[in-house]
Amino acid sequence: MNSRLPVIVTTIVFLLGFAGCGLHFPHFASTRVVGNLLTDNAYLGVMAVGMTFVIISGGIDLSVGAVLGFTTVFLAIAIGRLGIPPLLAFVLVLLLAGAFGAAMGALIQFLEMPPFIVTLAGMFLARGASFLLSTQSIPVGAPLYDTLNAFALHLPGGGRLTFITLLMLAVFAGGIVLLHFTRFGSYVYALGGSRASTALMGIPVARTTIRIYALSGLLAGLSGIVFSLYTSSGYSLSGVGNELDAIAAVVIGGTLLSGGVGTLFGTFVGVLIEGLIQTYITFDGTLSSWWAKIVTGALLFAFIAFQRLMSGGGFRRSRAGAAAA
Amino acid sequence: MSAAVDAPPRRAAWRVPRKALPQLAALLAILLLDRAVSPQFFHVGLSGGRLFGSLIDVLNHGAPVAMLSLGMVLVIATGGIDLSVGAVMAISGALAASLADSHPLPVTLGAALAVGLVCGVWNGLLVAWLRIQPIVATLILMVAGRGVAQLITEGRIRTFSSHGLAWFGGGSVLGVPAAVVVTAAATVLTLALVRGTALGLMVEATGGNARASRLAGIDTRAMTVAVYAWSGLCAAVAGILAAADILGADANNAGLYLELDAILAVVIGGTSLLGGRFSIGLAVVGALIIQAMNTGILLSGLPAEFNLVVKALVVLAVLLAQSPRLKALGLRRPGARATGATP
Repeated sequence: MNSRLPVIVTTIVFLLGFAGCGLHFPHFASTRVVGNLLTDNAYLGVMAVGMTFVIISGGIDLSVGAVLGFTTVFLAIAIGRLGIPPLLAFVLVLLLAGAFGAAMGALIQFLEMPPFIVTLAGMFLARGASFLLSTQSIPVGAPLYDTLNAFALHLPGGGRLTFITLLMLAVFAGGIVLLHFTRFGSYVYALGGSRASTALMGIPVARTTIRIYALSGLLAGLSGIVFSLYTSSGYSLSGVGNELDAIAAVVIGGTLLSGGVGTLFGTFVGVLIEGLIQTYITFDGTLSSWWAKIVTGALLFAFIAFQRLMSGGGFRRSRAGAAAA
Repeated sequence: MSAAVDAPPRRAAWRVPRKALPQLAALLAILLLDRAVSPQFFHVGLSGGRLFGSLIDVLNHGAPVAMLSLGMVLVIATGGIDLSVGAVMAISGALAASLADSHPLPVTLGAALAVGLVCGVWNGLLVAWLRIQPIVATLILMVAGRGVAQLITEGRIRTFSSHGLAWFGGGSVLGVPAAVVVTAAATVLTLALVRGTALGLMVEATGGNARASRLAGIDTRAMTVAVYAWSGLCAAVAGILAAADILGADANNAGLYLELDAILAVVIGGTSLLGGRFSIGLAVVGALIIQAMNTGILLSGLPAEFNLVVKALVVLAVLLAQSPRLKALGLRRPGARATGATP
């Protein structure tokens, strides 16, 4: 009933956290920091959009980090070694990533296996494939990369909205339209509520499931492109563990991992909170990077416990979820 | 074959359950393949009072994953999953390596095991009392645990020189590497605890239908906490073995992705991710299958990167073999599960 409350709480936590950082560090509350926050987490945001669709539908996609790694290596080799025009390489890799996601969705649907294990296989496959392509970090030198990286909208106060930031914001906007204002979006929520009822209502479960995972794969590929632009290189180990960051952002954003409940706006705030933790640690200078993991874990726990307390009605459903997970 | 559901298995003096045949055949096939790749594969020698050879290597390097799968199989049997075991390995290894040179061995081991137990109980409480989905509950520790491990090692690779702790990596009992002995002992202990008593039945009941089990008088909450605690303890032992093996603790990489290997081992062992029936022995066989593949790829001279691709294909094959849909088509006989509902 109160499905908005988690998002509101998440937003308040972010604003309080940002205000706290602003009081602590004099130069924190500036458009420059915000711009960098968005730029540094653009790839995570793009990935988290796809993950939100998957999780609302009651599934999970563990392969996204590996797909990101594969994409960066593929782009580096295609553009750097084979001389394929960057735009063509982008299209190729997006098609590949989308088809990969669709294949996983088809396996989940037609083999009736838990998404967890199918996408685990996908993660092994994608990571293994990127290792096979190259185990070295390959720089990408293409004029298009320089043009795109040089492009930025300037904000008052010295902040910059870079190309990849704008791309991420566009993906979020597109995702919000798709999730909240289209028939496909309603199908996604319906699937997360109950697969069996969804099928009985005559909703095309198979087609929707495949499309959801295709979307997640496609966006993981796009996040790989963003990461490739961000680092101007391709490395088979990039994106290790990013699937966890994306899942954490989605959960912190108020989406229930049991499916059926969640918003993309919440995910956006979740990504910002994870970015804020990183930025705080950078600003502080004495804290070590591992505190980010601990704080993220603590936040994850706090939000999950909070959701449990809020959803008194979810009692019986959580039992069923626990048995099926 | 469908009669197997009703008829209890015959109690022969020795019994190789018929359902174990695919796994054992797979292990044998992989070992023979390894033999084809490396002619010396089955050669076992004795050097300095310690057995050596590729076969021993498979056992020795397979020990941590086998250890993890001992806990994981019980967790999965209750319908849960424990994603945190890799991080728990890192924590216990980091603690053991930090304490080894300044404290006596029993204190070091006790502390490392205790921290694993605490982690396991924490997971269990989240799942059983807060009723958080297992995959989410253990995700928390998976994310935060590695940070805690880095806190303990202060971000460095913590090395140690204590002979006591090093024995678990380099020592041997009657020529058999210590890690193998520890894992074998833990397997026997787990089997005795779970199959020697009614505990195993209760775990299966909890996974099969928690509600019905509660009505039948089984304390499903206690069972759930117990299996996660056991999983944490097993992960702690695996962490000690891994730290002893390299004489140091690497908080970043110790046990990284091993939770996935452990889950894979359990699934290869025929235990359904939906809970219910489980086999401890076959989970260990599953761990050996994974390690035999890894060793084989290394011996064959193929780049080690092939590991992941081969693993992906194995997962795919197991998925096909266990798919309810294919079973429904009659291509394969179901174990004894009747699940109408899809997850």
